[in-house]
Amino acid sequence: MIRFILRRFGQSIVVVIGVTIATFILLHLLPGSPIRAILGPRATPLAVHQLTVELGLNKPIPVQYAVWVNNLLHLNLGYSYKLDQPVTALLAERIPKTLFLVGVSLILAIIIAIPLGVLMAVRRTKPDDYVLTGLSFIFYSMPTFWLGLLLIGLFSAILNWFPPEAPQDQFSVFSQLNGMVLPVATLTLVTVALFSRYTRSSVLEQSIQDYVRTARSKGLSNGAVLFHHVLRNALIPVITLIGLSLGGILSGAVVVESVFNYPGMGLLFFQSAVDDDFPVLLGVTVVVALATVAGNLIADLLYAVIDPRIRYV
Amino acid sequence: MSLIAQLPPLSQDVVAEGGEGVQSGATWRMILDVFLENRLATLGLGVIVFMLLFCFVGPLIYHTQQVYNNPNIATQSPSLAHPLGTDQVGYDVLGRLMLGGQSSLEIGFAAAFIAVGIGVMWGSIAGLAGGWVDSVMMRVVDTLLAFPLLFALILLGAIFSTSIPELIIVIGLIAWLVPARLVRGETLTLRLREYVQAVKTMGGGTRRVLFRHIIPNTVGTIVVNATFQVADAIIFVATLSYLGIGVPPPATNWGAELSSGLNYLFDGYWWLIYPPGLAIVITVVAFNFVGDALRDALEVRLQRR
Repeated sequence: MIRFILRRFGQSIVVVIGVTIATFILLHLLPGSPIRAILGPRATPLAVHQLTVELGLNKPIPVQYAVWVNNLLHLNLGYSYKLDQPVTALLAERIPKTLFLVGVSLILAIIIAIPLGVLMAVRRTKPDDYVLTGLSFIFYSMPTFWLGLLLIGLFSAILNWFPPEAPQDQFSVFSQLNGMVLPVATLTLVTVALFSRYTRSSVLEQSIQDYVRTARSKGLSNGAVLFHHVLRNALIPVITLIGLSLGGILSGAVVVESVFNYPGMGLLFFQSAVDDDFPVLLGVTVVVALATVAGNLIADLLYAVIDPRIRYV
Repeated sequence: MSLIAQLPPLSQDVVAEGGEGVQSGATWRMILDVFLENRLATLGLGVIVFMLLFCFVGPLIYHTQQVYNNPNIATQSPSLAHPLGTDQVGYDVLGRLMLGGQSSLEIGFAAAFIAVGIGVMWGSIAGLAGGWVDSVMMRVVDTLLAFPLLFALILLGAIFSTSIPELIIVIGLIAWLVPARLVRGETLTLRLREYVQAVKTMGGGTRRVLFRHIIPNTVGTIVVNATFQVADAIIFVATLSYLGIGVPPPATNWGAELSSGLNYLFDGYWWLIYPPGLAIVITVVAFNFVGDALRDALEVRLQRR
């Protein structure tokens, strides 16, 4: 068991290293030079050369990579010239915001989707299930930005219940909580659609198993069978799904942050991609990749811990 | 958000039995029957066919000017001359919808094709090879999977200029990871089947085993995954267009139409917003219905064995 954990952990580290290499290489393919961006289009060749040497951009790429990794391990992610701040400070400012958005949405989604999925499974051929399944299909198939803007249109423009823009600075998140309602609602709805469908099929899958038939024949009521047997087994793949979906939710957060102008990590990433801001892009990619790998790792480990049949997968 | 497609089917023994190559006609018949029993799936298939006809045959019947815009008649509400009104530069919206659908569907199908093609080859070779080759190949897949899709798409979109072929390649290059994983899983189970060992005993080489036995028996999973890939690709293109990494005009796709239409959300020009949005949702929902039903049909076939 311990060996399994260690091995999985080791694999994750290899993956993270691979991600940093891949990102580093990818970013050197980006068109546009940071030197030109900093000095402007009328820079003299001498100034360009001096800055290149100063920033260490004339060294071979493996050397640049090694330097960057060394800095990374000292929590120095570089300096963004576009935004005139150290990248670490930028991320420290933005990550909590995205964390708040993603965290609240994820928790809400789990609380809503799992009972919903069970309900959909239990009332399988009744109209409730058709309506709910249909709705979840529709929300799942909608582009997130459209959902967000529709919610703005309905709740901000017409009903005027919530503001269309999310709170901007870090101190007002809690004072202007109603500004967070729509972004969180958008992200939650899309996630609920995914989770509830999967929970539904997982519960259905378990209910046709033999042990359920045995339990019922022993005289257990349907509710007892559901809660004591089916649910525990059905939730195992759902937990895996939740861990795996962290990457997808972060992607959704990028879109939601763009729509609602929420100054989180996703918006930072997108703006940096447009601005060719290499250090920031690298920094955000590393953080996001770490989060995704961590999510996968936790999902795998939880799965192995909860299900005693799985060992050394 | 192709997570549903990424996770393997929930039941444990989802592996095709079968000897030489393709399943018998009776098996396909059974799959087809179960599929058609599912009314939603039949509806979905109908919608897809309708959309294909609408987008590709429609313009032949309903001619509109799609290259030269005409700002004089911009943003007119629906009328007899323009059943869905005109957009902000004067194009007829209905014609634009057909044109946009062509791009969206083309990108969707082509990207899915590339993704599945690469994924199947990578996954089956990894599964068949085993050992350190398999480990390395799967590490590569896991590494690339650690990039959430949208982040990778934004990065790649910023690197490569945007045109339809490049968009297809970019999406395909990212989406192949999931089918690769699925096919590798299936290959690992399939290679232990007796008929594979029989082929080897009779002197068949690895290539024969791969192409005539393993891959044809994974076709079910592949087709299901391909369906979801098309659905996801359409949404990806829409999101990329919203973020500005789309195709330049006069080429268009539903996502671009939707996002430019959403600029007029507060002006009340509903015909710029709902037609492309509904087109996307209906098409993607149809693909999801079909994919779900195919997956259920496959599992039924295996349970009845």
